Amino acid sequence: MAMITADPKDVPQVASFAFTPENMEKVKGFIANYPPGRQASAVISVLDLAQRQQGWLPRVAMNEVARILDMAPIRVYEIATFYTMFQLKPKGKYLLQVCTTTPCWLRGSDAVMKACQHAADGETFSVQEVECLGGCVNAPVVQINDDFYEDLDEASMKKVLDAFKRGETPKPGPQVNRQTSAPEGGPTTLKGE
Amino acid sequence: MPTIKIDGKEMEVPAGITILQACEMAGIEVPRFCYHERLSIAGNCRMCLVEVKPGPPKPQASCALPVADKQEIFTNTPMVTKARNGVMEFLLINHPLDCPICDQGGECDLQDQAMAYGYDRSRYHENKRAVPDKELGPLVKTSMNRCIHCTRCIRFATEVAGTEQLGATGRGESMEVTTYVESALQTELAGNLVDLCPVGALTAKPYAFEARSWEMRKTESVDVFDALGANIRIDTRGGQVMRVLPRLNDDVNEEWISDKTRHAIDGLRHQRLDRPYVRVKGKLVPATWDDAFAAIAARLKPLDGSKVAAIVGDQCDAESMVALKDLMAGLGSTNIDCRQDGAKLEAGVRGSYIFNPGVKGIDQADAILLVGTNPRWESPVLNARIRKRYLSGRCLIGSVGPAVDLTYPVERLGAGPASLADIAAGKGSFAEKFKAAKNPLVIVGMGALSREDGAAVLTMARSLATVRDDWNGFAVLHTAAARVGALDLGLVPGAGGKDVAGILAGAASKEIEVVYLLAADEIDMSKLGKAFVIYQGHHGDAGANRADVILPGAAYTEKPGTYANTEGRVQLGQRASYPPGDAREDWAILRALSERLGKPLPYDTIDQVRARLIAVNKSFAALDQQSPGAWGDFGKAGTTADAPFVSPVANFYMTDPISRASKTMADCMASRTQLMAAE
Repeated sequence: MAMITADPKDVPQVASFAFTPENMEKVKGFIANYPPGRQASAVISVLDLAQRQQGWLPRVAMNEVARILDMAPIRVYEIATFYTMFQLKPKGKYLLQVCTTTPCWLRGSDAVMKACQHAADGETFSVQEVECLGGCVNAPVVQINDDFYEDLDEASMKKVLDAFKRGETPKPGPQVNRQTSAPEGGPTTLKGE
Repeated sequence: MPTIKIDGKEMEVPAGITILQACEMAGIEVPRFCYHERLSIAGNCRMCLVEVKPGPPKPQASCALPVADKQEIFTNTPMVTKARNGVMEFLLINHPLDCPICDQGGECDLQDQAMAYGYDRSRYHENKRAVPDKELGPLVKTSMNRCIHCTRCIRFATEVAGTEQLGATGRGESMEVTTYVESALQTELAGNLVDLCPVGALTAKPYAFEARSWEMRKTESVDVFDALGANIRIDTRGGQVMRVLPRLNDDVNEEWISDKTRHAIDGLRHQRLDRPYVRVKGKLVPATWDDAFAAIAARLKPLDGSKVAAIVGDQCDAESMVALKDLMAGLGSTNIDCRQDGAKLEAGVRGSYIFNPGVKGIDQADAILLVGTNPRWESPVLNARIRKRYLSGRCLIGSVGPAVDLTYPVERLGAGPASLADIAAGKGSFAEKFKAAKNPLVIVGMGALSREDGAAVLTMARSLATVRDDWNGFAVLHTAAARVGALDLGLVPGAGGKDVAGILAGAASKEIEVVYLLAADEIDMSKLGKAFVIYQGHHGDAGANRADVILPGAAYTEKPGTYANTEGRVQLGQRASYPPGDAREDWAILRALSERLGKPLPYDTIDQVRARLIAVNKSFAALDQQSPGAWGDFGKAGTTADAPFVSPVANFYMTDPISRASKTMADCMASRTQLMAAE
């Protein structure tokens, strides 16, 4: 097994982090969700907001979150390193989280992975292999930022990625003729009145 | 009181305790790694599994399960044995088999419990995980491959030490105990992490690869680096002190000791005075005991007692102090003082100079006022006790004095006597709340008393103290281990005698011609003028540097000695090793010198000296007991200066000859200075 280390040392140095005024308002909203003195409960929401603002979570951002929520910085580091959704290294504009767990793998996630890895340049696209995303009915599934793209194969994956590259936002959901998890090509039962 | 059955034995236990505690009361051993009596319950090592009926048909973690009435607990069924076997096997998946080169070997919980509860072989052939070691400062060495993630260190740092720097990052296989930002721990209690670690992940850096636990002789003794008198165990090998560990005493130090207590001992190997010296033509030359005594006798014999003075150091045992007092009385001198820092404390009323409620009293206090003290540096373990009180809630804590981080929130009420006068006059919301408190506690530090207006400050502090039959809320926090013993023995100027300032002034004006320093190094030696200085002590520090005759004495580990801590608790220290070279026990040196001076002291054995101690003050008869001192009038009303209170401990790591000679303490200081500079 490779050496593991929680604190990534090969990350670019970020000098400082501050929430934008709009985001600061949101932070206050998150804190207001909890009783006074329990502001630390808002830590996950606030960290997520920081990540959305910065694109990833540099240590200065975590320190800022700790300051705002009056927590020891180590308590924030613990949370940020625990959840895989928090990115402690810079990512491309689009984070491709490819599910490779058994159902997706059986339905061809290897080919989808290949297409993603081909497109990954670290700036526009970054690829991450993840465990089950919970969309097995529509396997294989890739999560791109906040959206699921489903029923993919190598070609449709390429099409989606090309669209993102052009600056468009392709429609999330199944990339075949199918409404959410309904049968492909339309309903097969309960057709009558 | 619930009635439970443990392994078929019925017993009644207090409600609210856990099953593990109940098993302990029944005398049944339950293995554990993460559970610790003085830390919060984590329940993450799973070693303490037992079978509980009624309940789900699976083993339960006994450390986190409260007892209930009519419960049946089994600790030795096949299910329990198998469960513990399995847990142990899991813990050992990633634990390296490096016991032969591990400092914890021989005193390792994991080693012992693997022998008792584990399988004799592993079924895992995969590579073990590798975790980078962490940098935790000059005292704690890490070997993180060995960590079993019990999180005791994290809980200690967060709860007891009050420095939230350690945490567990990552998850599952990637979990690591770390500070994340690689910084030395900012605590004076870091050494306790090593004691808490049940495996060899955290070991003592200065002690690395020095000795094995079974090679050392263990001596139970008392610490002298601060006035708390922490109970310690001194481990020696071949006459050398290898390490110091805490001993359990709930009334004093619980089971913690400060880093200075634990790690300043390498100072015992350096700068030692191992033979007498006599100054000849301005240079100290080695001499025999006979020469040294002859030089002293030649100087002292023709002299009138009033021209002789003695100053007692901060780490002296009561035996040597009473011998010095008797010797000075024999010489006809009343110029004797133990208050090197000039504290305005008198020897008369015992309640005026001890920590009356005792360290245990802190737990009962509901309002604490710190006056001119920085307990974090003056006595870190006592400070941890105040923090413990803070954590248990509903305690008002205020401070008049240095603005420092005490590891718990403190209401800052001002810096000097003027603010204290306001509180005494009942001004401000704190004063009102303090007055309304049931058990208010005033802790007065030497920073408030070692000043010109110390007596007036003492009076003000006295007026704030609540004294009832069941509560005496007046507490003096000393910085010197010897001070209370010295005051008990009355080592203060007698009729017409001079105190430390007077002795120094007298030395300058030639009223005092001979000054006897009993391990006293904290005075300004340049003020001794042309006086003939006799220094009796164990380290070549300031006093020895100035001395005309040096008599080599014994350090606290090298002599049996009696010490009274800041609470007035009399405790016995034992000899763990012998003084180096020609050095001797201090009371014996004074006894021999008195013979040469023609005023022999009336005792020849340590038992006789101790009988004399009791004759001087009865409190020395009651060992390891504490009660509030006699109460009466003390202090002196007067005007106060505006200067803020300053803690006498400017640097925790170097306060006395031993810690000043310690390289480890110098390293600690450097690591903290860097941190402070970085902030």
